[in-house]
Amino acid sequence: MPETGRSNDFPLRRREVVKRLLHKEDDLLVIAGLGSTAWDITSAGDRDLNFPLWGAMGGAISVGLGLALAQPERRVLVITGDGETLMGLGSLATVAMQAPPNLSICTFDNERYGETGMQATHTSGQTDLAGVAAACGIAVAASVRTEAELEAALPVILEAPGPVYHVIKVRAEKLDFVLPPKDGVHLKNRFRRALLGDDVMAPAHRGLP
Amino acid sequence: MSVKTSKGSGMDWWKQIFSAFKAATVRQVAYVPDAGHAALIDACVRDNDMRAIALTSEEEGVAVLAGAWLGGARGVLLMQSSGVGNCVNMFSLASTCRFPLALFVTMRGQWHEFNPWQHAMGQTANAQLNTAGMQTLTATSPDDVGPMATATLDQAFTGGTMSALLLHQRLMPVKTFDR
Repeated sequence: MPETGRSNDFPLRRREVVKRLLHKEDDLLVIAGLGSTAWDITSAGDRDLNFPLWGAMGGAISVGLGLALAQPERRVLVITGDGETLMGLGSLATVAMQAPPNLSICTFDNERYGETGMQATHTSGQTDLAGVAAACGIAVAASVRTEAELEAALPVILEAPGPVYHVIKVRAEKLDFVLPPKDGVHLKNRFRRALLGDDVMAPAHRGLP
Repeated sequence: MSVKTSKGSGMDWWKQIFSAFKAATVRQVAYVPDAGHAALIDACVRDNDMRAIALTSEEEGVAVLAGAWLGGARGVLLMQSSGVGNCVNMFSLASTCRFPLALFVTMRGQWHEFNPWQHAMGQTANAQLNTAGMQTLTATSPDDVGPMATATLDQAFTGGTMSALLLHQRLMPVKTFDR
């Protein structure tokens, strides 16, 4: 039986962690997995260069990979949950094969499916996602459980040559919804306009950077 | 395994797909391998302007290409018909956000198929793609491949749609496993 209760007492709080990672004026390109991490990144200030998913569970890391390969000069940060990471575990192997130096991935791991009733995920049992990432071949893969570990990890997450992967163990808690826009076409267009310029919306644009 | 290739089956049709990728400035080629795509994959791996991305499952590719488009790059996804079933929920990312999507699907379960496990997706992939909101074309002869590849890329990147080119199994060598 998994220890479904232990994450109730984890010291790190997701909304405080996200404010250490993201600042409204940064030029980071940010992808968030559906559910809690989409609300988390929005709680730090909605911005055009955020692309929060509202579905496509298991896809967040792969979206970050395609973006990182397309924009090698820009830092890409994927922030997603443990349930979303588990659904797309294979994407960690794909990231390791491509090894984009500008890609950083954080899993906010509360060991629960937060949007569906706080049911236990596999990380509440024996599954160690940082171990999975390391075994896939991601050279920098670590778990962060304390304030001191977070402080040490922040420069690695934000600046170290990638790909880097961090599990950040966060407290299981129900928080207010801070919802981003949910129109996917709007989210896509605002991101592309902010990154690629206004003329990306012109009819003749060929989709090139 | 032995491979029987019928005379005049024009096994270099893949070159027309590769040329269409080059003409359309495709930068990312995500794939789960298939024997029918082997030569095309090799060419994409060798090409300096393309990033070939091996996937563990086809649905990853739908998400990778969404990320590529967010970053201003065009990509394509190569798979065999069984991979279509792995993608169905991830197609919602492309349809909801209207990401262009260009799929190149080599078909099984259509033509001298010896493996009964291939028939389920071989016979339903086209309908499942249409149900997911995708336009489909099927190339049944080598002469179809070039124009249909160009049309598929154009419908995706200029027309902004989800488009798939299905490459009929009769274009492929017949797998026999020495039987």
